[in-house]
Amino acid sequence: MIARSTIVAATERLAARARWHPLEFAFWISAFSAIYLMPSQHLILTEIAWLGLFALSLDLILGYAGIVSLGHAAFFGFGAYAAALLAKYEIINEPVLAMLAAGAGALMLGFVTSFLVLRGSDLARLMVTLGVALVLRELANRYGWLTGGADGLQGVTIRPLLGTFRFDMFGHTGYAYCLIVLFVLFLIARRLVNSPFGLSLLSVKGNPLRASAIGISVDARLVAIYTVAAGYAGIAGALLAQTTAFASLEVFSFDRSADLLLVLIIGGAGYLYGGLIGAIIFKFMQDYLSALTPQYWPFWIGLVLVTIVLVGRDRISSWTAPVRSLSVLMDWRTLRSSQVTRPPERTFQ
Amino acid sequence: MAARACSAEASGYRGTQMLTILFDGIAYGMLLFVLAAGLAVTLGLMNFVNLAHGAFAMAGGYVTVLTVNRLGVPFLASLPIAFLASAIAGFILERTLYVHVYGKSHLDQVLFTIGLVFMSVAAVDYVMGSSPVFVQVPGSLQGKFDLFGIGIGRYRLLIIIICGLLTIALQCTLAFTRFGSRLRAAVDDSRVARGLGINVNRIFAFTFAFGSGLAGLGGALGAEILGLDPAFPLKFMIYFLIVVTVGGTSSIIGPFFASLLLGIGDVAGKYYVPTLGSFVIYTIMIVILIWRPQGLFARTSSR
Repeated sequence: MIARSTIVAATERLAARARWHPLEFAFWISAFSAIYLMPSQHLILTEIAWLGLFALSLDLILGYAGIVSLGHAAFFGFGAYAAALLAKYEIINEPVLAMLAAGAGALMLGFVTSFLVLRGSDLARLMVTLGVALVLRELANRYGWLTGGADGLQGVTIRPLLGTFRFDMFGHTGYAYCLIVLFVLFLIARRLVNSPFGLSLLSVKGNPLRASAIGISVDARLVAIYTVAAGYAGIAGALLAQTTAFASLEVFSFDRSADLLLVLIIGGAGYLYGGLIGAIIFKFMQDYLSALTPQYWPFWIGLVLVTIVLVGRDRISSWTAPVRSLSVLMDWRTLRSSQVTRPPERTFQ
Repeated sequence: MAARACSAEASGYRGTQMLTILFDGIAYGMLLFVLAAGLAVTLGLMNFVNLAHGAFAMAGGYVTVLTVNRLGVPFLASLPIAFLASAIAGFILERTLYVHVYGKSHLDQVLFTIGLVFMSVAAVDYVMGSSPVFVQVPGSLQGKFDLFGIGIGRYRLLIIIICGLLTIALQCTLAFTRFGSRLRAAVDDSRVARGLGINVNRIFAFTFAFGSGLAGLGGALGAEILGLDPAFPLKFMIYFLIVVTVGGTSSIIGPFFASLLLGIGDVAGKYYVPTLGSFVIYTIMIVILIWRPQGLFARTSSR
C-alpha cells in the first residue's frame, strides 16, 4: 500500500513537471504576436530567436547533462557553413530542407565527436571541445576555394521559403521562420527533458557513479544528448546563415562559445527557458552597450561574467525563481538542495 | 660528378637547416614553458582552471614595451621589472578576486577567468591601442651567427639561456628546498598537507604570484618572437592549456617536455607543411587527450 501510494505520488509529481503553465503560454503568445506587433524590431528579434535556440542546445548538455563545453560553436559554425554552401552551390534550394540537412550534418558531427568528451576530467573536456572548434575553424580557413577563407562565404542567395515567402531586408520573414523553428524544436526538447530519458540525464549529472550503479548506462545517455544538442546548434547556425545570407570564420570563434556560456548563465542553466530569457537579455544589453562603446564591448561581457561568478550563479538566476516556482518547471527546493550538496564529480574513480 | 656534389651540398644544407629549425623550436618551446609553468602549478595545486593566465604574460610584455620604448630602460633591466609587475598584479588579484573562486565548480572558474580575459583584452585595447607593438631589442641581441653552419639567432640563444637557467632553478627549488617539498606535498594531497600543518593557502598565494611573474617574464621575452597585441591572452590560451594538459600537472618535467614538443612541432610544422597551419597541433592534442586524459607524463594513479 505504501509502495503503491509512493508510486502514485511520484508519478503525479513527474506529470506536474511536464504540465504547461499559463506563463509559458504567455511567453509564446507574446513571442508570436511580436510578428505583427513589433515589425520594427524584427532584425534583433531574429537574432534573439537563433541565439535562443543555440543557448537551448548548450543548456541540453550543460544544464541537463553537466558537460562543460568551450567549443559549442563548432556545431553552430558547421551548420552555418553547411546551409550557406548548400544555398550557394544550389544543391538544396529550399531553405527549410537545407536547414534540416545542415542540422543533420551537425548531428552526425556531434555523434562522432561525442565519444571524445566521454573520457577524462572537466579540463580534458574543455580542451577537447575547444580543440574540435579550432580544428574546424582551421579547416574552413584552409579550404578557401570552398569556404571563402578569411573573407567569409560571399555571394550566397537564399531562395524564398517553401517557394513562396521571400526573405526581406527588414527581417519580417526571417523572424517568423526562426520563431517557428525555435518553437518546434523547443517542443521536442521539452518532451525530451520530461521523459524518463531526461530524468536519467539529471541523475547522470548529479552523480555519474551512482547513476551507473542503478543501471543507467551513463555513456550512452551522454552520447545521445550530445548528439541531439549538436543538431540543435547546427540548426541555429543554419538559421543565422540563411537570415544573413553569409557565413564567416567568426562562427567558429572562441568568443562565440564564451558569449554563449554567458547567455545561458544570465538566464540560468538547467531549465529550458533559461537560454531563451538569456538570449533576450543578452541581445538587448549588447545592443545598448555596443552602441555606447562598440570596440570595448568585450569589457562589459567580462565584467558581467566576473560579477555573476563572484555574486554566485544561483543567487543571480534566483530572480527567475518566481517564474520557476510558479510554473513548477523545476521544483525550487530540489534545485537549491542539489546545488548546495553537489557531490564531488568523479572523485572516486 | 657535379650533380652529386651539388646534391651532397643540398643535403648538408638541408641538415643544417633542420638543426636551425630544431634550435628555433627549442627556443620557442622553452619560452612556452616559462609562460605556462605557473599555470601547471595552479592547476595541479588547487585544481583551478585559470584561463586568464595569458593576461599576466600580456601584462609583462606591455610593461617591457613601456619601460624600454618610453622610459629608455635597457632591455635586460626591464625583464626583472616585467617579472615583478606581473607578480604583484597576480598577488593582488589572487588575494582580492581569485580566492573567492577556488571552492567553486569548474564551470564557475571557467566563466570567471574568461571574464577576466575579456576585461584585460578590452582594457589594454583602450589604453594601448589595438595595433601590435614591438620592443626595441638592443642591436647586440639582433641578427644571427653561424656555428658549424647552423644559423643561430642571438635573441633566441638568449631565450634558451634564460629559460634554461630558470628551468634548472625551478626544478632545484622543487626538488631540494623545504618550500619545494611543502609545495609537492600540497599538490599531491592538499588535505593531508593541511593536516600536517602546512599553510597551503600561503604556499598557493606565493606560487600563484611567482607563476604570474614567470608568465610576465615570458611575455616580456616573447614579445619579440610571438608578437604582442591586446588579443595575446586569447591567442595563446590554447597553447598554455596544451602544455599543461599534455604534460600533466604532477611534475614540472612533464610540462617542460610537452612545451619542447609543442615548440619544435609548431615551428617544424609551419616550416615543412605550412598549408596545414595549426591543424596538426590541435589534432595531436585531441589524440593525446583521448589516449591519456591525465596527460602524457602523468603518473597513472592520479587523484
